[in-house]
Amino acid sequence: MRRLRFLIQKEFIQIFRNKALLPMMTLLPIIQLIILSNAASNEVKDVRIAVVDHDQSEISRALSNKIMANDRFSLLAAPFNKKEALDLMQLDEVDIVLEVPPDFEKQLYRGEAPQLQTLVNAINGQQATVGSGYLNGIIATLNKEIRRNEPLFFSGLPKHNEPVVVTSNNWYNPELDYPHFMAPGILAELTALLTIVLTAMNTVREREIGTIEQINVTPIKKWEFILGKLVPFLCLGLVLLTVGLIASKLIFDIPIRGNIGLIFAYAVVNLICVLGFGLLISNFAETQQQAIFVAFFFVLIFVLMCGLFTPIDSMPKWAQYATIPNPLAHFISVSRKVLLKGSGLADIKMEFVYTFILALLFNAAAVWSYKKQE
Amino acid sequence: MRNTQVIQVEGLTKKFGDFVAVDHISFEVEKGEIFGFLGANGAGKTTAMRMLTGLSKPSSGKGKVAGFDVLKESERIKERIGYMSQKFSLYEDLTVKENIRFYGGIYGLSKNQIRTKTSQILEELQLSEVGAKPVRSLPLGWKQRLAFAVSMVHEPEIVFLDEPTGGVDPNVRRQFWEAIYQASELGRTIFVTTHYMDEAEYCDRISIMVSGMIKALDSPDNLKKQF
Repeated sequence: MRRLRFLIQKEFIQIFRNKALLPMMTLLPIIQLIILSNAASNEVKDVRIAVVDHDQSEISRALSNKIMANDRFSLLAAPFNKKEALDLMQLDEVDIVLEVPPDFEKQLYRGEAPQLQTLVNAINGQQATVGSGYLNGIIATLNKEIRRNEPLFFSGLPKHNEPVVVTSNNWYNPELDYPHFMAPGILAELTALLTIVLTAMNTVREREIGTIEQINVTPIKKWEFILGKLVPFLCLGLVLLTVGLIASKLIFDIPIRGNIGLIFAYAVVNLICVLGFGLLISNFAETQQQAIFVAFFFVLIFVLMCGLFTPIDSMPKWAQYATIPNPLAHFISVSRKVLLKGSGLADIKMEFVYTFILALLFNAAAVWSYKKQE
Repeated sequence: MRNTQVIQVEGLTKKFGDFVAVDHISFEVEKGEIFGFLGANGAGKTTAMRMLTGLSKPSSGKGKVAGFDVLKESERIKERIGYMSQKFSLYEDLTVKENIRFYGGIYGLSKNQIRTKTSQILEELQLSEVGAKPVRSLPLGWKQRLAFAVSMVHEPEIVFLDEPTGGVDPNVRRQFWEAIYQASELGRTIFVTTHYMDEAEYCDRISIMVSGMIKALDSPDNLKKQF
């Protein structure tokens, strides 16, 4: 155990003496947090629409006005024929083409249920579905207004086509504030990634310089070496998390509804897990380039499959299972649950269990694959 | 006589795939001897030394270092030997004192022992003034002598030196050999590899390695008579 103290002490001296490392661990994450939380948004804000109005009636104009009044839409053009509108879509100038058929108003008053056509540029699927969702909302409201304003016309119609009204409330993030949703996730992601990459590089650097050989020729135990790398970087990761949490609170005013101690308790387990993974990688890499390359390969999978950008619930079943060995997925889930929802220990029990098992596996593998003798 | 032999090697072999780096070498080293391994680059000197220090697992053959088996007890051997590799292996970003403290701590020295060792090394190498400076800032010759001193921080029975004087000027080389003699006078066995012929003369006995095999083994004087 005494040996461990000297290893940790040495690592800390090196960390504090490294001029690039501390800014990298504090400044860069904050910059990333600000940029990504604001930019990586799934919110659809500006849907460009062209309305082809063959009817040119009072109602069709009311529809156009309603669309224009909605700040999520910008009415880009009102061409006279469909071909013109489709050309605009081809040029990627508009996202949605709304076609109002001739005699739309007439049919409506006759109670014939006229059909509007929307053509959606679905290259950007998110934009398409969300945008046409908004548009349907607008049309539905208009529909209701007409019925309310002109009760005489519709009094004779059967009531059965009155739609069921679904009202939804957004819990946990009532303003649908994207940074509130993204920041905790990105924070978790950054903490995990930076620590994976830094440990992997640090240990391989010792191999490149040759100091690891000098250590291997001492009677040091393998677990002592691994733990000697793990503890300092665990502390570094917790500092990073603290800095990030403070920054998210100050900049985005993210809610901290749950117990902050719980976040840190979970972060310790999670960091041990990802650090073990970083050390495991470093045992198989001869050079820092190799380590970075392999680390990136996994990091990319971890990030894309962690539920940060795309919800895990909407992945195919096999992919959902594949997120179980992904420590990042658990970290993000925990930070969102605890910060936004105020979840307690019981609610994040499974994340704790999975991460704990992964931490054991990765670290055992790291100790096992660390070779003191070739 | 047997128990004065601190290294005994018999048929030690290391293969990397089809390539035989070290081919059935056998020799003994007496306690307190300065034993040299002379050979060109790639002759297998370093690989042989790495097997003796427990860094590399022998493919076949047997050997004992400081009374322990190189195949089964390499971790016990490591407690009793010092090693200075070809690559400079102190931490450049740590100070002279921090390096001594670190390696002292790794070898299980007590706080007091570390303190005594530190002042002793700084004094002997006349490095007291730069004790708090990062090792990076020292000239190569000083670094090498410091690395040698640090490799003996735990007072090992045997010290393995892998081309310790590579790349330093003749003056520093002479100083370095003085340090080796000092260590030898303290009863330490020195096992050193080199490709400088003149350095071989400083050894008590030398073995000449050519493509993995020991071609000659004797005192420098006897070898000179033979060839």
